[in-house]
Amino acid sequence: MAQTIPQGVEYVRILPEIVLSLFGMVIMVLDPLVDERSTQKLLGLIALIGSVAAIAATLYQSQFPGLGFWGMVKVDGFSTFFHILVTAIAAVVILSSFEYMQVQQIRAGEYYGLILFGAVGMCLMSSAVELVLIFIALETSSISTYVLAGFRRRAAISSEASLKYFLLGSFATAFFLYGVALMFGATGSTSISVIAQALRLSPVPVLAYAGIAFMFVGLGFKVAAAPFHVWTPDVYEGAPAPVVGFMSTAPKAAAFAVLLRVMFESNAPGRLWLIWVAAALSMTLGNVGALVQQNVKRLLAYSSIAHAGYLLVAFAALANNGIPAAMFYTASYAAMNVGAFAVVSHLAGAGERYVTLDDYAGLGRRSPLLAATLTIFLLSLIGIPMTGGFFAKFYVFSAALQANLVGLTIIGVLNSAVGAYYYLRIIVVMYMREAREEVPAIPVSPALGAALGISVAATLYLGLLPGRVLEYASRSAAELLH
Amino acid sequence: MTHLIIFLFFGALCLAGAVNLLVQRHPINSALSLVVVMGSLAVEYLLLGAEFVAAVQVIVYAGAVMVLFVFVIMLLNAGEEVRTKGSRVAMLFGIPGMLVGSALVGWVLIERTGSQTVAAGALPGAPRTIGWLLFHNFLLPFEVTSILVLIAIMGAVVLASHPDTDSGKKKS
Amino acid sequence: MQERGRDDLTSVGGPVLSAVEGTRALLRNNALNITTFIIVSLIKTVLALFVLLTAVAYTVWLERKVVGHMQNRWGPTRVGPFGLLQPLADGVKFLFKEDLTPPHVYKPLYIAAPMIAVIFALTSIAVIPVGNSITLGSLHIPLQITDVNIGLLIILGVTSLGVYGVALAGWSSNSKYSLLGGLRASAQMISYEISLGLSLVGVLMLTGSFSLRDIVDTQGGTFWGFIPRWNIFYGGQFIAFFIYLISAYAETNRIPFDLPEAETELVAGYHTEYSAMKFAMFFMAEYANMITVAAVASLLFLGGWHGPVVGPPILRALLPVFWFVLRIFGFLFVYIWVRGTLPRFRYDQLMAFGWKFLLPLAIANLLVTALVVALRA
Repeated sequence: MAQTIPQGVEYVRILPEIVLSLFGMVIMVLDPLVDERSTQKLLGLIALIGSVAAIAATLYQSQFPGLGFWGMVKVDGFSTFFHILVTAIAAVVILSSFEYMQVQQIRAGEYYGLILFGAVGMCLMSSAVELVLIFIALETSSISTYVLAGFRRRAAISSEASLKYFLLGSFATAFFLYGVALMFGATGSTSISVIAQALRLSPVPVLAYAGIAFMFVGLGFKVAAAPFHVWTPDVYEGAPAPVVGFMSTAPKAAAFAVLLRVMFESNAPGRLWLIWVAAALSMTLGNVGALVQQNVKRLLAYSSIAHAGYLLVAFAALANNGIPAAMFYTASYAAMNVGAFAVVSHLAGAGERYVTLDDYAGLGRRSPLLAATLTIFLLSLIGIPMTGGFFAKFYVFSAALQANLVGLTIIGVLNSAVGAYYYLRIIVVMYMREAREEVPAIPVSPALGAALGISVAATLYLGLLPGRVLEYASRSAAELLH
Repeated sequence: MTHLIIFLFFGALCLAGAVNLLVQRHPINSALSLVVVMGSLAVEYLLLGAEFVAAVQVIVYAGAVMVLFVFVIMLLNAGEEVRTKGSRVAMLFGIPGMLVGSALVGWVLIERTGSQTVAAGALPGAPRTIGWLLFHNFLLPFEVTSILVLIAIMGAVVLASHPDTDSGKKKS
Repeated sequence: MQERGRDDLTSVGGPVLSAVEGTRALLRNNALNITTFIIVSLIKTVLALFVLLTAVAYTVWLERKVVGHMQNRWGPTRVGPFGLLQPLADGVKFLFKEDLTPPHVYKPLYIAAPMIAVIFALTSIAVIPVGNSITLGSLHIPLQITDVNIGLLIILGVTSLGVYGVALAGWSSNSKYSLLGGLRASAQMISYEISLGLSLVGVLMLTGSFSLRDIVDTQGGTFWGFIPRWNIFYGGQFIAFFIYLISAYAETNRIPFDLPEAETELVAGYHTEYSAMKFAMFFMAEYANMITVAAVASLLFLGGWHGPVVGPPILRALLPVFWFVLRIFGFLFVYIWVRGTLPRFRYDQLMAFGWKFLLPLAIANLLVTALVVALRA
C-alpha cells in the first residue's frame, strides 16, 4: 500500500458531496445567528446556492472519471446522472419550500440544512461502489428524511408520520445491513467489483442469494415497492408537502441507483423472480389503493407505489435496455412528482387544511394557470404522449418486451389503464365541479413559480425531446456493464 | 475443545437472552436481556481473536448504548406491557416467514457449498490493523459517518424543541 | 423466571473475559503447562482479591481518620490501637445486621443490583499489573493476574458496566429518592466517561499499546538528567491527568460530584432502601472503584512502579510494588483531602462542566498530542 493519503483528484471525485456538506454546515452555524424574520429567506437562499453549486461541481467532476478513496467511490456517467438528478430535485424542492414554510410558520433553518445533508447521502449512494459506504450513505439519506417528515411540529399526524417512517425504516436498513453481512460471508468482500468477480464463479454460494434478498428488502422499503410499501400513505399524508415531493423522488432515485449497481454491476443471482414479484405487486396494489383515496397526498402516495412498480419492470428486463429505461424513468418521475407536490404544497394552506379532492373542485376557474400546471403533471403521470411520463413508460415496457417478459408487461399496461382513472378524476374535479365552499386563492410566489416552471419544462422536455437524455443513459449503462 | 465449549455456552446464552428479550413483559427486563446478548457476543468476538472489537462491543453497546436504554426506561417509568392477541397478519405471514428463514439458514449451514471458512484470528482484528483500515481503506465511510451523526443531532434538536417557541436562542 | 434473570445478569462480563484471554496468552507463550498455570492463577486471584478487599476496608478507615483530623476530631479510636480494628468491627456489624427488604421493591433486580456493582468493581483488578515479575525456581510469574494486550480497554469496559448496579438499584427500589439518585448517577457516569476515556487516549497514542505493562515500561528512566520520564511530565499529558482526575471523581460519585447520594436532598440516593450486607456491597464497590481509578492513574500517568530499586533480589522484586502502592495511597489521600475540603456541585453545574468545559478540553488535548506524535514520527 504505497499511497497513504488521498490525492487531489480523489477529492474531486467527492466534490459535490463536499460542497453540499459545507453549505449544510454554513446553514447550521448561521441559523442561530441571523435574525428571526430574515432566517427563512436567507438560509433558503444559501441552500439553493449550495445545491446549484453541487450541480456545477458534478459537471466539473464528470471530467475526472474513475475510482477514489481506495475503491470506495466511482465517478462515471451513471453517478453523474444521479448526482445531477438528486441535486436538481433538492434545488427545486428548496425553491418550492420558501412559500410553504412561511405559510405554515415553521422555523426553517434546520430544514434546509437537512435537505442538503440528505442530498449528500443520496449523491454518495449513487457513486459508492462499496457496500459499507452505501449503507452509511443510505442511513444518512434516511435519517434526514425521517426528521424532515416530522417538521410540521404542531400536527400530530406529522409526528406520527415521522415515527412510523423511522421505526419501519430502521427495520428496513437493518435488513439491508444483514444482507451486506451475508454477502460478505459469501464472497469475502464488500466491494462490488470483487463481489461481481466472486459471483461469476460457479457455483454461486447460497448465502449470496440470501444476501441479495435481504438487501432487496431494505432497498424495496426505501423505494416503496410492495410488499414493503405499507408505510407510504401514512407518511406521505403526514409529512409536509414539499418534503413529500423530496422524499418521493430523491431518495427513491438514489435507492434505485444502488439497486442498479448492486443487481447489475455485481451480477446478482436470482434477482429476476424477486423483482418480477415485487414489480407486479407494487403496480397492482398501488393503483388499486389509489382508486379509493379522497386525500390528494394519499392518492399520490399510492401512485408513487405504482410508479415504483413500473420502474422495477425495467429492472426485470435485460440489462442493456433496462438500465437506461430505469434511469430515464427516475428522471421523468422526479420532474412530474416534484411539480405535483409543489402544487399540492401551495394549495394546502396554513396547517395543510386543503388537501382533499373536494378542495380541488373549481380550481380550473379559481387559478387557471395552476390548474393547467397540475394537469400537465397528472397527464405525465398517466403517461400521455408529449409528456415525460409517456416515454418513460414506453421505454420500460419495450425493454420488458425485448426481454420476453410478456406477462409482466401485460400487468403493467393494464395497471396504467387503471391508473389513468384516478389521475383523470383529479382533473375532472378541477375543471368540471363547482367549489362547495370558498377556498382562498393565494397568489403564487415567484420562487414557487420558478419551481413549477422548472418542473413543467423538465416534464415537457423529456416528453418532446427524450433523445439526448436517453442516449446519455444508454452510454452510461454500457459503461456500467463494461 | 475449551474454545468450543465456551463458544457454545455463550452462543446459547446469547440466544437465550434474545428470546428472553422478546418474552419478557417489562421493558427493563428486556433491556437487560439485550445487555446479556451484547456481552455474550463480545465473548464470541474474543474467541474469534478480535480482542479490540470485543472490548469496543462491551464499552459501546453494553456500557453506553444499553445504559441509555435503561436510563430512558427509568426516566419514563415505563410499566409492564399489556399483552395483546397480536395481529393476524403477523401470525399469517410472520410464522411461515420465520420458518422459511430458519429453514434457509439451516440449509445454508448444511450445504456449505461455496461459502468459505476462515481460521480464528485470520481476519484483521488487532487495534493496529483496524486503525489502519479505518483511516485508509475506509476513510471515506468513516468521515461520512460524522455527517450521519451530525444529522442525527440536528434531528434530535429539531424534534425535541417546542414548535411555538424560539428553538435556537435563549430568551432572557 | 426471576431466578433466570438474576443468573443472566451476574454471569456476564469480566471474569470470563480475562480467563479466556489469559488462557490464550498462555497458550501462545507456551511458557507453563496448564496445571501450573491454573494453580498460579488461582493463587494470584485469591491473593489479589484478599489484598483488594483489605485495602477497601482500610481506605474506609483512612478516610474516617483523615477527615476526622481535618475537622479537628479523632476519627475511630476505640477498636484496637488507633482504631485499626474498626473495619473488622464494621464488617461484623454488616454481617449481623437485619437484612431488610422493603415490600415494594422489584425483587430480582433489587437483589442483583448490589452484586452487579461489587462484581464489576472487583473484576478490573484482574488486568492491573502491580510490579514486574518474580522468579520462583523455574517459574517466572508476572505480578498481574493476566496480561492482556487490551488491558486498558477491559478496565474501561468493566467500569462502564458498573453503572448498571447503581442504575438498577435506584430503579428497583421503587422509591423516589432512589430513582432520582439512580438517574443522576447514570447520567453523570455516562457524561464523564467520555472525557475520562478521551483523557487516556493521549497516553495511548504516545505508547502505541493498550497493554498496561507496555505503558508502564515506556515510562522508565529520566530525561534532562533528573525528571522521571512519566507521561505526566515527558509526554506532556499534564492536562490529561487533571481531566482524568476530575472525571474519576465524577465516575466514582465522590465529593464534589457525589450528587447521586447527596444526603441533604436525596436521603442516601440509590442505596436509600438498602441495609446490611447489600448496603455494604455498594460501599465496597465504591471504594474498590476508587482504588482501580487510582491504580490506572498511577500506571498511565505517574510511571507505574518505577522508582529507586536497591538491595537483594527479593527486595528488588518487591520494591516496585511498594512504589506502586505508594502512588495509589497518595492518590487516595488526595481523594479524601478533596472530600474534606470542597463543597458539592449543583447538578446543572456538574453537567455543564462536564460537557462544555472538560470534554472540549479533552478533545483539544487530544489534538495537540496527536500533532506532537505526528511531528515526532
